[in-house]
Amino acid sequence: MPNPLDTAARATPDRIARKLRGLSDRAIAWAFVAPTIFLLLAINIFPLIWTIRLSFTNFAANKPNAEVKWVGLRNYERILTDPDIWQTMQATAHFLVWTIVLQVLIGFTLAWLINRKFRGNDLLTTLIVLPMMLSPAVVGNFWTFLYQPQIGLINYAVEFFTGIPASSFSMLGSVTLAPWAIVIVDTWMWTPFVMLICLAGLRSIPDYIYEAAEVDRASPWRQFWTMTVPMVLPFLMLAVLFRGIENFKMFDLVVQLTGGGPGDTTLLSSIELKREAFEKWRTGYSSAYAIILFVTVFGLASIYVKALNKVKER
Amino acid sequence: MTAFISGLLSFRRGPWEMLATILIALGVVMLMQPFALWAFTWSFVVTLTGTVMFIITSHFPE
Repeated sequence: MPNPLDTAARATPDRIARKLRGLSDRAIAWAFVAPTIFLLLAINIFPLIWTIRLSFTNFAANKPNAEVKWVGLRNYERILTDPDIWQTMQATAHFLVWTIVLQVLIGFTLAWLINRKFRGNDLLTTLIVLPMMLSPAVVGNFWTFLYQPQIGLINYAVEFFTGIPASSFSMLGSVTLAPWAIVIVDTWMWTPFVMLICLAGLRSIPDYIYEAAEVDRASPWRQFWTMTVPMVLPFLMLAVLFRGIENFKMFDLVVQLTGGGPGDTTLLSSIELKREAFEKWRTGYSSAYAIILFVTVFGLASIYVKALNKVKER
Repeated sequence: MTAFISGLLSFRRGPWEMLATILIALGVVMLMQPFALWAFTWSFVVTLTGTVMFIITSHFPE
């Protein structure tokens, strides 16, 4: 016997039925997702495709009416045979490697110490996290004063501990010291970020695991290497991923501190890219440069995410 | 080593992803090393090959 509801539904004219039913689930889902997809296409995908296209031309953004010529791979060829660009890549590598190494070591140590229960723990955590909350422009200015040869505290501290006269050296003006000066400032500013992520990892380890290890008479050293480090590793790797991507495109802090000098010793790739794009107005050339940096970061992030997933699966 | 090569020949994800990963890492090292300009010149081609290979091979069966 047919269901009376089905019979009634079938008998309803299509025009009325559509009004009663409203939108299908699929249509509602698309209505929710469409604005995001549109924004993603407009803000990320379209500029990327446009930049790839520009990288094969001699387009200059300050001459919009000039004839745009297709130059093929010439922009890429010029960048990848330029010793000055090679030098900026080395400066970027120095900054990237040392900031990550120092931030991971100090951040993890601080997290490990803060994780112990003691009086004033919360206050200390807040104080340590403060540098991360400051604007890079403020931090840049602040450290420029600290590094000042005549009035800077850093130079006086060096004089106090080593006896080297404070006014005899300039951290930001020396070819050998300037690359380390920017590493110190970035480490001071962003170690708390790594510490917070490691702290979240340390606090996610249940106490009963350590209790079981103590019952089995595992030494604190063994507990640290076989339990603490492997369980915090995914968090640590996330922190390295975030800091790596962020420092690869570091701009504001270094511009405030050294402006890329002395000479080109602290000229990071992002600063050079900005100069090419908005000071020399070589838009096609700088687009090719941006694509090279993008492919590098994208490739690194891909293998890193794969490694992170493997660690999480363990 | 034989397993790695037979994995490559049978289009399994693991060995191909490993090869792509090695290419990307090699490309980045070539880009940032301070020793040879020719390595810097060829770094982008190596990184790009590795990255495209990684995107394709991540869709291969396990």
